Amino acid sequence: MAFELEFEKPLVDLQRQIAHLKRLAEEQRLDVQSEVAPLEQKLSELRREIYADLTPMQRVLVARHPRRPYALDYLRTVFSDFVELKGDRLFRDDPAIVAGWARLGERSVVVIGQQKGRDMKENLRRNFGMPHPEGYRKALRLMHQAARFQAPVVTLIDTPGAFPGLGAEERGQAEAIARNLEGMARLETPFVATIIGEGGSGGALALGLADRVLMLENAIYSVISPEGCAAILWKDATQKERAAQALRLTATDLHELGIIDEIVREPDGGAHADPDEAGRALGEALDRALTELEPVPRDALLAARAEKFLRMGRFVEA
Amino acid sequence: MAWFRKERRERTTTRQRLEIPADAWDKCDQCGHTDIRDKFDRNLQVCMECGHHRRIDSRRYVAILTDPGSFTELYGTLGSVDVLGFEGYPERIAVARRKAGTQDAILTGHGTLTGVPINLGVMEFGFMGGSMGAVVGEKIARLARRSLEERVPLIIVSASGGARMQEGAMSLMQLAKTSVTIAPLKQAGIPFISVVTNPTTGGVSASYAMQGDVNIAEPGAVVGFAGPRVIKQTIGQDLPDGFQTAEFLLEHGMVDIVVARHELATTIARLLRMMLRREPLPASS
Ligand SMILES: [Zn+2]
Repeated sequence: MAFELEFEKPLVDLQRQIAHLKRLAEEQRLDVQSEVAPLEQKLSELRREIYADLTPMQRVLVARHPRRPYALDYLRTVFSDFVELKGDRLFRDDPAIVAGWARLGERSVVVIGQQKGRDMKENLRRNFGMPHPEGYRKALRLMHQAARFQAPVVTLIDTPGAFPGLGAEERGQAEAIARNLEGMARLETPFVATIIGEGGSGGALALGLADRVLMLENAIYSVISPEGCAAILWKDATQKERAAQALRLTATDLHELGIIDEIVREPDGGAHADPDEAGRALGEALDRALTELEPVPRDALLAARAEKFLRMGRFVEA
Repeated sequence: MAWFRKERRERTTTRQRLEIPADAWDKCDQCGHTDIRDKFDRNLQVCMECGHHRRIDSRRYVAILTDPGSFTELYGTLGSVDVLGFEGYPERIAVARRKAGTQDAILTGHGTLTGVPINLGVMEFGFMGGSMGAVVGEKIARLARRSLEERVPLIIVSASGGARMQEGAMSLMQLAKTSVTIAPLKQAGIPFISVVTNPTTGGVSASYAMQGDVNIAEPGAVVGFAGPRVIKQTIGQDLPDGFQTAEFLLEHGMVDIVVARHELATTIARLLRMMLRREPLPASS
């Protein structure tokens, strides 16, 4: 295991111990079951315990875990028959967003998601999952295509945010996000968005104006990163714990605030501990949401989508 | 329409200058031109020498963009609440209200422009950097709904650093909320004119500010999603001259037109009258 989070260290130690015992048993043909069983029991208890009580900043780290399942992983486990389609037909293809047709069970859907890289080389190509305007424009192009063929749209959101670079600004990322928001508000097909990892600000919302917004248990969704918030408010990025707390960016917080509709449970130890189980839960939640949305007449669907976002925000009126 | 009148530049003699108290002078921070404060003001806070557009408040834009006496404020009593229990936020709201003299970061209402009924929203940068929280989102949503129901054009003048951090993801959702109310205007053929002023960045630029049938920018305004400082930090080098200015956006096809403040009202009026198939303005204006 090349990477571990600080708070996962006791888990990793236990896992090593178990692995060591098992190797020993194999080499020396010993029966270690009586030793291993209680350790495995302890491991699963400890895992549950640690994950039940994560601080918001720890959850941010889980959401950013380099072994966390990404969009393409779910496209392999949850979906089948994926045909990736590329390009915005205007400038180039943006590898920070993957999109295309796929099957979810029996139904055909268009899946669109931000994609981070697994290693430095892939991360450079995919820009760490931070889209350029072309990515948003590709996404909107394929949303419209889905609607033309009366297929639902499923988005998998996982991005640190929009990319603060010269090219992204030059080619109008503000306009691209704004146009997506308008496009999604009028998209005449069932649309389910899921935040699977990091839901970073405008770059995330650019795929998120949906009929149902689901969120994986350890995912985060925020207007700004805790580091960015701390730097602006307290001129000190090390205050990120404090910012993560203040921003209320966990799935539980956002569900309470009415910003997301449903929390998709992750296996003990987070999605990266058991990606297949995480995928199974996601697939089930998507299927349930789409089954509810599909019979709704299109104009009622659009009206309900608008109504849902219109309800967001609290204020006083004298 | 007094605001269209071109000020004739007067020569101030040394003699005159001596008679004017020191605090009556003002200096352009772009070119250094020094002149009588009142002259800057009569020139809509545009430098007589270099044309630099200084920031003006929301009330001033209302005066520029509506016929005298026609404006009625709407939704003026909406106030922000500390929805997350974010440390320091209630205090910041109180300070902002005192400093900006407005209830929140946008002024909304209805009026006429050259006799054409309009719904007008003007963001107030002086209130927490024009940041968009639930109040800004709700006021724009209501104004856009009103435009749809009454078939009256919508004009929004933006000046904002983006979403209001202290309202967390709820402020991010205001991008969605405003978008779902502006989208139907397009289908109904009701004009939406967006005016972007200095600065318009972050979430506001990534929602209604860039959704106009016509996007108008004031000269020199900095407009973009990421702020110049953040980009500089990311790329580790200085930004090219004029990056993210109104003129840069015009060149890159992101705004339709750059209009000086003196011409703003007539330009919008001319466009609206054509879009709505009304008779042109008399040649004199
Ligand atoms: Zn000047």
